[in-house]
Amino acid sequence: MESSILTSILFATIVAGTPLIIVALGQLVAEKSGVLNLGAEGMMSMGAIAGFAITFETGSVWLGVLGGMAAGALMSYLFAVVVLTLMGNQVATGLALSILGVGLSAFIGKSYESEILPTIEAIRIPLLADIPIIGEPLFAQQSLVYFSWALFGAIVWFLYRSRPGLVLRAVGESPSSAHSIGYPVIRIRYLATIFGGAMAGIGGAFLSVFYTPLWVEGMVAGRGWIAIALVVFATWRPFRVLVGAYLFGGVMVAQLFVQGSGLEINIPSQFLSSLPYLATIIVLVIISRDQNTVRLNAPVSLGQPYRPDA
Amino acid sequence: MLRLERRPEASHLMSYASPAIAIVLMLIGGLLLFAFLGKNPIEGFKVFFINPISDLWGLSELLLKATPLMLVAVGLAIGFRANVWNIGAEGQLVVGGIAASAVALYFQDSEGAHVLILMIIAGCIGGMSWAAIPAFLKTRFNTNEILVSLMLVYVSQLLVSWLVHGPMMDPDGFNFPQSAMFADSALLPLLFDDGSRVNVAFVLAIGALLAGYIFMFRSFAGFQMQVAGYAKDAARYAGFSAKKMIWIGLLSGGGMAGLAGMSEVAGPMGQITDQVSSNYGFAAIIVAFVARLNPVGIFFASLLMALLYLGGEQAQQYLNLPSSISLVFQGMLLLFLLGSDVFINYRLRWNREVTA
Repeated sequence: MESSILTSILFATIVAGTPLIIVALGQLVAEKSGVLNLGAEGMMSMGAIAGFAITFETGSVWLGVLGGMAAGALMSYLFAVVVLTLMGNQVATGLALSILGVGLSAFIGKSYESEILPTIEAIRIPLLADIPIIGEPLFAQQSLVYFSWALFGAIVWFLYRSRPGLVLRAVGESPSSAHSIGYPVIRIRYLATIFGGAMAGIGGAFLSVFYTPLWVEGMVAGRGWIAIALVVFATWRPFRVLVGAYLFGGVMVAQLFVQGSGLEINIPSQFLSSLPYLATIIVLVIISRDQNTVRLNAPVSLGQPYRPDA
Repeated sequence: MLRLERRPEASHLMSYASPAIAIVLMLIGGLLLFAFLGKNPIEGFKVFFINPISDLWGLSELLLKATPLMLVAVGLAIGFRANVWNIGAEGQLVVGGIAASAVALYFQDSEGAHVLILMIIAGCIGGMSWAAIPAFLKTRFNTNEILVSLMLVYVSQLLVSWLVHGPMMDPDGFNFPQSAMFADSALLPLLFDDGSRVNVAFVLAIGALLAGYIFMFRSFAGFQMQVAGYAKDAARYAGFSAKKMIWIGLLSGGGMAGLAGMSEVAGPMGQITDQVSSNYGFAAIIVAFVARLNPVGIFFASLLMALLYLGGEQAQQYLNLPSSISLVFQGMLLLFLLGSDVFINYRLRWNREVTA
């Protein structure tokens, strides 16, 4: 009995952490190239409604996920045009993208509000899924959970083991040096930003197609912002993004388990629901307390416009 | 080929023309959106932008909606000038509304002007205390104020939800998540007696714009913040305290947002519910930008933004479109503005072939 509760907590934690991993890793890549896109909340919302609507209309989950990805990528392309080509302020533009995405998704999603998608079956990996306690959480998950791990591996390899990854990091650290040795800084930043948007779109589609699976206005509920905070918390390192995402996933499910446990405790549900947001503030304080932690790890040109004066 | 060329000097003309360009682009975007949705664009335009202000009642509603936007935007603009990014005004507005409501409910049986005065003070202090959290964490621990102030928006919404489901719930309210209606002494007096809902808060908002103008352009602290916004290092070299600016920036935004929250619960709402704000805290950010962080501009930009709100309501009623279309217009407006701002420092040039 004890172990089955543990198993379900672990299981739910991994599920809750998955969209955060996907979105935060995408943001990480964009930020490594020097672009700070605060529009994750808007891109996730667009990914969520696009994923839901397309899955609902076509019946194909994969078309839905692709659609969510495309919606996120399109939003980030808009962002990239404003901040990279037109050199708009990155903070304000990201904010505009969030407002636009949240509004547009609510607008499009109005007619889907009472619909529900069929639950997506987990993929059991034979034998491994039968390991006690950790078998189910690790080896009997929905496909996008496995995708998040593959993405993690791919991004670690890309950033630290491949030449294009090295170039991308160079662009983020010193765009003018990268430009002077002949790398197309703006084009690389475009690609990194669009990749970040595509991942945010998939993260949103995960929420509406796999996790809930329904569409409600405001369902992203700050996860886009939490993912951005997660990248800071992880000091721009992929492995720490993974750990941090599960930490937050744990906080998110802990409140559900407490509320569902039937324990007679005098804590208002709203207080429990606010825990992920409070936890975000606390980890940000912990990580920023020492000025050097953030300064030494953040990409040097993060958030700054660059224009090669050819 | 067309390319961007840096101007020798920033164009003053363009810094004023760019909001106008953004508004025109937003209108074009709106026409396309209506057409895309299968509505007649001209009809849609008329319902959205003309109908709301075609009579006196509509104009009074415009002033009513513009009031909280002016208050919040002028407070935020003070911080934005020094690159203090308070984007949690929505939460500060909610907490200001809660604090003012607590006063109103406490003095339920009390007559006299002190109730409203205490509510105003409580609203401001409520908003300021919520903004003090990111200010303290930023100055003490160097924590990013954007993320902290934003996280607190979600917390404030859960806080008000708890209050109106619990301690502040109307005992005779059939369990609806809302407080009792305030007594008359806790309601802001109306400005006109023709049935319109504009109240004294509009006068307060005009006063706030004036005060903001004086602070920004006639005070030393305002000057310091301006310098810090343009050149951080120059400000530090001159010995201006960065911490002081962070505090001023966040507290002014929080205080004004709290006052806006007070003006909502003591104005059109007359009680507190879990829907204290209609996104005013975020819309005011757009207002501040479109207004170029200038109080005079904020007056007009607030009216425009209020029109987008009213247009959204009309579109819901007559075109059967979700009222979230207002948010779509708001987001477009800010994106277009930030995009067209490039022409302040750059101009378009044809690339001529250089012959050797």
